[in-house]
Amino acid sequence: MIRYTKDHEWVRIDGDLAVCGITDHAQGQLGDVVFVEVPEPGRKVEQGKDAAVVESVKAASEVYAPIAGTVAEGNAAIVDDPSLVNRDAAGEGWFFKLRDFDRAQFDALMDEAAYRAYVAETA
Amino acid sequence: MADPASEGPLKRTPLHAFHIARGARMVPFAGYDMPVQYPAGILKEHLHTRAAAGLFDVSHMGQVRLHGPGAAAALERLVPSDVQALAPGRQRYSLFLSDTGGILDDLMVANMGDHLFLVVNASCKEADVAHLRAGLPKGIAVEYLGDDRGLLALQGPAAAAVLARFVPEAAAMPFMAVAAADIRGVPVQISRSGYTGEDGYEISVEGRFADEIALILQGEPEVEPIGLGARDSLRLEAGLCLYGHDIDTTTTPIEAGLAWTIQKRRREARDFPGAATILDQLANGPARRRVGLRPEGRQPAREGTAVLDAAGAAAGTVTSGGFGPTVNGPVAMGYVRADLAATGTEVSLEVRGKGLPAKVAAMPFAPHRYHRG
Repeated sequence: MIRYTKDHEWVRIDGDLAVCGITDHAQGQLGDVVFVEVPEPGRKVEQGKDAAVVESVKAASEVYAPIAGTVAEGNAAIVDDPSLVNRDAAGEGWFFKLRDFDRAQFDALMDEAAYRAYVAETA
Repeated sequence: MADPASEGPLKRTPLHAFHIARGARMVPFAGYDMPVQYPAGILKEHLHTRAAAGLFDVSHMGQVRLHGPGAAAALERLVPSDVQALAPGRQRYSLFLSDTGGILDDLMVANMGDHLFLVVNASCKEADVAHLRAGLPKGIAVEYLGDDRGLLALQGPAAAAVLARFVPEAAAMPFMAVAAADIRGVPVQISRSGYTGEDGYEISVEGRFADEIALILQGEPEVEPIGLGARDSLRLEAGLCLYGHDIDTTTTPIEAGLAWTIQKRRREARDFPGAATILDQLANGPARRRVGLRPEGRQPAREGTAVLDAAGAAAGTVTSGGFGPTVNGPVAMGYVRADLAATGTEVSLEVRGKGLPAKVAAMPFAPHRYHRG
C-alpha cells in the first residue's frame, strides 16, 4: 500500500516499517540530484516537518516526513550515489524508513489515483 | 519548490518557439520566459558545453549602440575602463559605477569603428539605458536595440570549428575580438567571448533572423541547446560574477576583485565615478574581498550562507554557490573579511544550522580555455 503527500513524498508500508521517499514527479522537477542528507536512526519526525535534504545542481529542498514516526534507517545508498534518486525515486531511491509510525495519518493521505490527479491539476 | 512570483505577462525572446520545440522547461527570468533547462538536464548540458559546444539564448540581455563623435570619451564618464584605448574590432569588460564606487551593472563594450556596442544585463537594461541617456552629453545618441534583436552564445571547445563552417574568419579571431560577418547570408555581429570560461562566441542578430541562425548552429552535430541553469553553473565554475548576486551597488570593483577593469590611465586620471573610494581601497586594501570557496565533502553551500572564521565569528557571506559538474563537487564564491582572503584559509559555512568546513580557493574552479590567439 502506498500513499502520497501534496509535497510529493511517497510512503509505503512494508511490515512494521513505513518506507518514505520523493516521487518520480518530484525528482523530475528537481533535476540532477547531487547531494542528499538522511536522518539518523532513532530520530523522531513529525508529519510535514523536515526529515531529510535533497539538493540538485539548481536548488536545495527539504524532504518532509509524510507521517510521524521514529527513524529506523536512512538510505546510505543515496548518500553514496545521489543520482539513484533520479534513476529510481519510487524504489531504490527511498530516503528513510520509519517505525512506530502513525497509521491514521497514513490512511488519510492520497492514494495513487488521487496523487496522479493532483499532479495533473497542479502541473 | 517555490516559483519566483512574476508580475505581468512575461516577455519572449525571438527564440521562444525554438525552446518550446526542444522541450525546454521555461521559467520567469528578468521579466522573460526563459529556458532553465532542456530534457537533457543541467548536469548533461553543463558537461556537454565543456566537452563540445552549447548554444545559449541570451537575447534577454540588453544591446545598445552609442553613436557620435567622442563616444568613447563620453562613456568613460560612467565606467572606469580605458574605452578610448579600445581598438576597432575589440571589446572589453567594464562596469557602470555609482558615485560611491558601487557597481550599477557590468557590461561588455566593443569598438565597432563608427560606434560603440554595449551588452548589459537583462535585469538592469532599462536602468542602464536611462543612466546612459542622463549621463552622456547631448551629442551622443543612445540606441537601445530592444526586443527585436537576438543574442546567441555558442560556447565550448568545438565552438570555433562549428562557426568556422559558416564564418571561416571566425576561427582566427582572438578572445575579445568583434567583427561583422554573415551566416548563410544573414548579417550578424560576432564577438569571441562568453560567460562559461570556454572558448566561444556571442552572436548578435536581428530578431527576425535569430531562429534561422539558431537552427543552423543547432544542426551541427557538436551543438546542443543549453539553458540558464547550466549557464549559471558554468559561469560559477569559471569564477565569473553574476550581477545582483556577486556584485551590486553595495560592492566595489576592488572588493569584487575587478580592479583589472580599471586601466592605468584611468587610475592616474582619477576621473571615474567613485574614484576616491575605489582608489583608496586599491591603495590600502578593502575590508572584504570576493573569494572562491570549496566546501569539504559533497554538500553545496548556496547563496546567502554565512561564512564564519576559525573562532566562529561572522566573516562573510556566500553570494553564489552550488554544485560544479566539471569540478564534480560543491563550489561557491562570496565575500570574506580581507584577513581571510588568502587561498587555503579554513572557514566554516553555516548550512542548515551546522558548520560545513570549507577553504578559500583560487578561481576559476575550472580553467579558462579562451582563445588568446
